[in-house]
Amino acid sequence: MSRHVAMHMSDGIVNAPTSLLFGAVAILFVGWAAVRARADLDDRTAPMAGLVTAFVFAVQMINFPILPGASGHLLGGALVAILVGPWVGTLCITIVLVVQSLLFADGGLTALGTNVVNMAVIGVFAGWGVAVALRRFAVRSRGGLLATAFVAAFAGTVLASLGFVAQYALGGAAGATTGTVFALMVGLHALIGIGEGVITAVTVGAVAAVRPDLVHLLRTAPRPAAVTQPAGRGDGSGA
Amino acid sequence: MGAGHSHPLYLPGTSVVHRLPAQVKIVAAFLTVLCVVATPREAFPAFAGYLLLLVAVWVAARIPPGWLARRALIEAPFVVLAVLLPFTGPDPRIEWAGLSLSHAGLLGAWNILAKGTLGVLTSLTLAATTPMRDLLLGLQRLRAPALVVTIATLMLRYADVIAAEARRMRVARIARGHDPRFLWQAGATARGIGSLFVRSYERGERVHLAMLARGWTGTLPAAGAAAAARVDWARGLAVPVVAAAVAVTALVTT
Repeated sequence: MSRHVAMHMSDGIVNAPTSLLFGAVAILFVGWAAVRARADLDDRTAPMAGLVTAFVFAVQMINFPILPGASGHLLGGALVAILVGPWVGTLCITIVLVVQSLLFADGGLTALGTNVVNMAVIGVFAGWGVAVALRRFAVRSRGGLLATAFVAAFAGTVLASLGFVAQYALGGAAGATTGTVFALMVGLHALIGIGEGVITAVTVGAVAAVRPDLVHLLRTAPRPAAVTQPAGRGDGSGA
Repeated sequence: MGAGHSHPLYLPGTSVVHRLPAQVKIVAAFLTVLCVVATPREAFPAFAGYLLLLVAVWVAARIPPGWLARRALIEAPFVVLAVLLPFTGPDPRIEWAGLSLSHAGLLGAWNILAKGTLGVLTSLTLAATTPMRDLLLGLQRLRAPALVVTIATLMLRYADVIAAEARRMRVARIARGHDPRFLWQAGATARGIGSLFVRSYERGERVHLAMLARGWTGTLPAAGAAAAARVDWARGLAVPVVAAAVAVTALVTT
């Protein structure tokens, strides 16, 4: 079982008008994200975002055990949102999806719009929204940060699957009622979301221990003084 | 992956299809799949028609069918939904080999399988005949935002480096007896991802400084993507035109 299977839409799952509609929505959002990402990274935009995108690409190839015989990999929406912010994050995930579709025949060409909307827009922004809502716990303690990352990744995964359900309801290839698809996708992604949440939390925790200044969620917190306070924590000198 | 010029699905060649400008191929592939997706599911002969059309392209591009078939199997990303549809679909139901299958569900599954497979085959054809650099130039010609193309260029240049780093970390973990089986044992892998991020980010900072030292102004120098000639567009778009004819026939007759 790969988690990848469930979320990456292929051609033919939604009809042509829905594909085109979400393609247009995706183009609008990504164009907007490109403008906003500049503000987050200034002239370093391209090299930094390029490397972070390469990181997302590599992360999706790292398999995690779930149970013996079953493994999955990170989707990374909430993770990049927390680490580099939602705008750069959306760009990174979008580029990974485009490259996978064009170079690796992974995810259909006409499904690119729906995939980008689900994973790069909904997944990233839902994760970011939850993370910002819980930020006051995240800046308070390491436990708060881990819990915030977990909830953000879980919510991002489940809401991204709701995007799939909405697209299916709008222009699905029928054959199953929206209720069935809802139960199937949301149930499956609630499970996947737990894995995504655990891995995201530990990853964010590891980055925060070594370079808390690299965690966008903490860096952009309203009271930056509180960020650098986790006294007594080993600052990862061995890394 | 090769030295940053190729990708695993590229099949070097000099055929007509290989020589078409990438932007033409991207548009042609997208329109072809769009025709496939727009075809009513009951129009079974139409899907055979699309397959024949693809076979004609493979002959022109000299792609061996076995090469495609292997990769299509490996890459097949869908089917979770497709397999379940016949069992979960609405009535009326068909009894077959002791199973009660939904008629609409079967059609839905066929729809996803047929269109998904044709989509994967089309994408594979595009990837097999277009090197990575050309695909990026093609996206640029298709007016993708310059920033997006630049990020994608850098990403593809460093993806191998970061992936190799991830592999080395994995080997290092295994060499130290790491053998996780359950999610709650994934901590070391996740912390590895954390350091992979820090290393990627710091590498990005070094790359940025190195680029500044070499006169980086914020945009890549204009790459020489030639505009596609009208002949090229005519050749490339012949494929979706045939596909559109098939789709229209199918729409009219069903």
